[in-house]
Amino acid sequence: MSQAESVAAAPRVPRRALWTLGILRSELTMTLRRGRTLALLAVLAAVPVLVGIAVRIETGDGSGPGGGGGPAFLAQITNNGLFLVFAALSATLPVFLPMAVGVVAGDSVAGEASGGTLRYLLVAPAGRTRLLVAKYASVLVFCLVATAVVAVSALAVGAALFPVGEVTTISGTRIGFGEGLLRAGLIAVVVAASLTGFAALGLFVSTLTDSGIAAMAATVGVLITVQILDTMPQLEGIHPYLFPHYWLSFTDLLRDPVRWDEIVGNLGLQAVYAAVFGSAAWARFTTRDITV
Amino acid sequence: MAPNDSAETTGEATGTVVVRRKAARYIVPVAVAGVAAATIGLVPALADSGDPQLPKITAQELIERIAASDEQQLSGTVKISTDLGIPSFGGLTDSFLPGAGAADSTSSAAPDTKLMELASGTHTLRVAADGPDKQRLSILGEGSEYSLIHNAGEVWAYDSASNEAYHAQSGQAGPKGGKAEERTAPEGVPTTPKALAEEALAAVGDTTSVTVDGTAQVAGRDAYQLLIKPKQSGSTIGSIRVAVDARNGVPLKFTLAPSSGGKAAIDAGFTKVDFSKPDASSFSFTPPKGAKVTEAEELKAGAEKDGAADKAHEDLSALEDFRGLNVIGEGWSAVAEIDIPGGSGLPAGGSGDVPAQAQQFLDALGDKVTGDFGSGTVFKTRLVNALMTDDGKVYIGAVTKDALVKAADTAK
Repeated sequence: MSQAESVAAAPRVPRRALWTLGILRSELTMTLRRGRTLALLAVLAAVPVLVGIAVRIETGDGSGPGGGGGPAFLAQITNNGLFLVFAALSATLPVFLPMAVGVVAGDSVAGEASGGTLRYLLVAPAGRTRLLVAKYASVLVFCLVATAVVAVSALAVGAALFPVGEVTTISGTRIGFGEGLLRAGLIAVVVAASLTGFAALGLFVSTLTDSGIAAMAATVGVLITVQILDTMPQLEGIHPYLFPHYWLSFTDLLRDPVRWDEIVGNLGLQAVYAAVFGSAAWARFTTRDITV
Repeated sequence: MAPNDSAETTGEATGTVVVRRKAARYIVPVAVAGVAAATIGLVPALADSGDPQLPKITAQELIERIAASDEQQLSGTVKISTDLGIPSFGGLTDSFLPGAGAADSTSSAAPDTKLMELASGTHTLRVAADGPDKQRLSILGEGSEYSLIHNAGEVWAYDSASNEAYHAQSGQAGPKGGKAEERTAPEGVPTTPKALAEEALAAVGDTTSVTVDGTAQVAGRDAYQLLIKPKQSGSTIGSIRVAVDARNGVPLKFTLAPSSGGKAAIDAGFTKVDFSKPDASSFSFTPPKGAKVTEAEELKAGAEKDGAADKAHEDLSALEDFRGLNVIGEGWSAVAEIDIPGGSGLPAGGSGDVPAQAQQFLDALGDKVTGDFGSGTVFKTRLVNALMTDDGKVYIGAVTKDALVKAADTAK
């Protein structure tokens, strides 16, 4: 953190804002430069490449992929590379993306604690609340970056291996390629926003323990447990309140007209999870004794 | 420093104060969760702000209003829940419609099987109509959609999951799309509230009481509730409720409750409805590049695949030619009596005709009953029951088990 910001004779409020920005910037560079994060992003970028090559090889003789099995949108990829973006996001959203987010979020506080660097961070006169906010913000940025990596990689592979052009929505109507791209961008943002609730949960778990590994494992464990609960028909009553339940609702953006009900419901649910677990993380982090 | 950074500054405070302050912070997440739970619980209750106040109206006037209804343009979202007490129809389709499997392998976009799926579970549909020439019906799936589009004689069906399309001219014997399609849909498959209401009203007679039973809000519109109840006892149908838009007479919601109580057997209604002209682009369809298109003629040409539904219809008309078809009773408690061609019904236990396991399976499906008619097995669903007697007769109707036995007794 640069000392210049604190000695600058700026008025109090802007100086605080600068401080927050400074923490956020250092958090972001630390998160995104870490080898582990880069490896996660590389794995995420590889998924669309694998899917694209597999579809390309299977359909190399000119025949379309048979039947409607597998992830959504697989059948359309051969005719329009843009669909690789949607297929890759539907393939990574249930497992890969949240797992990467879980690793980063779970590590955010507990990793510092186990590395012994947390108390140095607290020495800086930023305050625990602002440190926590900066941590959460950097996890959110990671959500967006991870989704964007999948989408951009899929778009590049799709454009390289398959023709692109007018997009047929799943309702059977047609939209131009430009609008298709726009919808793909919107979908990436919605997918990233779908992960915010889970990111807050990971942050909360991360404040509970001093072991980075334990926090990551617990966060990913919660994810898997909740996803199993979400598939059990006997628990239908609680399904609408589970955070992954509406994750795949982003596909509604490909209908014509767009169906917003479930997307809005999903974003509202994520906001509730973010508020509950964010404030729980705050309550825990601001009151706990930091000894390491 | 920010006031909420107490943990660092209260080091010298007494232990109890620190503990209390620590505990106080956890109130925030609990309060947030509580507010969220209360909002989820209360908002629907508040939004459901009681039934609207509407001028009194007789059942006759209401039915006339439905008949006079002349809305040509509408679009909306329909939710259909069916619980007929039978296992998922999807897998059973093949056995119900001999040959359907063959047709299915030709095109997953052919409408017969898709519409059959509506007969169980909960589905969300989008409908749009603009006059008699343009209709559209889409079944929304997770990440996919099945659309039936009728536009001035052209009928297209598109299944986005398999990227297959189906094409027919509406002059053909094939499916007609839109409203017309709804009428030719396989029996028992409800599609729009309007079709369902017409079906129910056709049954009106001395046997039925039709009343206006209060008002309701459906899809944000004020509606009258038409209540249709059988006067006779013994029917499995408890009541049929049709919510009719107070302003333009369009049926908005249809609910069929079985007399045994519990969840509605069929519940179909608009969750959103808009009576303005739908976007013209929603009725245009060109098969996407690379989509497999099946022409209705091709399906016909494929000898045995020759329209599963047609074959089933032939079977049905053959049934009507039976010497044995006989309707006992009338109205709601009508029971059809059918002679199974070729004699005996279900092999009786221990007759050695079937393996023991198969016999157990059959017995598990039905209840053994005896009466003046002899003995037989009753197969039950929530709406339709069937009695198969040991001497090869089948009594079937939307009536209770007792009523079936009584019908069988009188038939003797």
